[in-house]
Amino acid sequence: MDVRQLLMIAIGVIFINNFILSKFLGLCPFIGVSKKTGPAFYMGLAVTFVMTCSSIITWAVYVYLLRPFHMEYLRTISFILVIASFVQLIEMFIQKTSPALYRTFGIYLALITTNCAVFGVTVLNSEMFLSSDLRPLQSLIFCVTQGFCAGLGFTIVLLFMSGIRERLELCDVPSAFRDVPIAFIIASLMSMAFMGFSGFRF
Amino acid sequence: MKQLLQEFFKGVFIENPTFRLVLGLCPTLAVSTSIINGFGMGVAATFVIVGSNVIVSLVRGIVPSKIRIPCFIVIIATFVTIVELVMKAYYPELSKALGMFVPLIVVNCIVMARAEAFASKNSTIRSLFDGLGMGVGFTGALVIISIIREFLGNGTLLGLRVIDGFEPLLLFILAPGALLVIGMLIGTVNMIARHS
Repeated sequence: MDVRQLLMIAIGVIFINNFILSKFLGLCPFIGVSKKTGPAFYMGLAVTFVMTCSSIITWAVYVYLLRPFHMEYLRTISFILVIASFVQLIEMFIQKTSPALYRTFGIYLALITTNCAVFGVTVLNSEMFLSSDLRPLQSLIFCVTQGFCAGLGFTIVLLFMSGIRERLELCDVPSAFRDVPIAFIIASLMSMAFMGFSGFRF
Repeated sequence: MKQLLQEFFKGVFIENPTFRLVLGLCPTLAVSTSIINGFGMGVAATFVIVGSNVIVSLVRGIVPSKIRIPCFIVIIATFVTIVELVMKAYYPELSKALGMFVPLIVVNCIVMARAEAFASKNSTIRSLFDGLGMGVGFTGALVIISIIREFLGNGTLLGLRVIDGFEPLLLFILAPGALLVIGMLIGTVNMIARHS
């Protein structure tokens, strides 16, 4: 394992194969929470945190539970259950220990349970790293890197989008295209810009 | 009977999950590159919605409301696993084309939304029709989007070349095209709804 490999995973998942703009994962929060910069930032942070943690948890579930017993076909059901209960646990923990933090993040955590970007990154991890014969520690490092960077890419695009939509409030958009449709058209233009990154080579 | 049909057509038109409720967009955009893929995804999702709606409405009296979400997720995930295995066994090509979006049906907001908002409050037979309607509406929307994208991006319909000498725009097969098409379609549906 070297740094170059990790860097390739990072650049790949942040820019070239950005989760929102080229893989279409997490579109619901992308459209729903991108109206203002503040909430978009908190949502991005929460998603990054949950993605990183669930990458670690699902790695453990896959390597130490599913693979030794040859139950890989239970991947979907076990991953989603683990993620959902983990998010619920975090929510309860924050609610008890820090009400102020809960007021900022609570609502976003509830939304994350059915966020396809979180589940998507764990499925992607299992397809890319876990089903091959990498050593456990190596695959763990790859999974964590991909989980964290996918969250980072998600946050960056969410922030860009919220900045644009704040300015868009002042524009005269045809009434049928206001809000959601124009947001998609802008996302399409952003996606075109991000396609430029696909020329990156190391 | 009339009520049941109403339940069915509500999902197809008035509350179309894709165009009116704007739910479950991730698979819609990702797999609509060709009509076959779009239709396959629609049928798979319909099976999951109908199955989970029926089971959820059957257990709605037993499950305590505090842990209902994890229970629903397990029910949904079971049906998704069935679809995954069946598709891998009988339609390996489709399964390869849809890739990770088959397991991702489990986090498709339509399925969860129908279980939570409809099936957990209504009788089994009504939930069945609601699931069917939503599934058909979703499949229809997917097919419409994939017709547009396959024609503009590849110059074909169901793999057959339609117009000779038509230079396809590759952009519509790629990610930006999907976002553009869905934006335009939702806007158009809004415009029609406003006029009628």
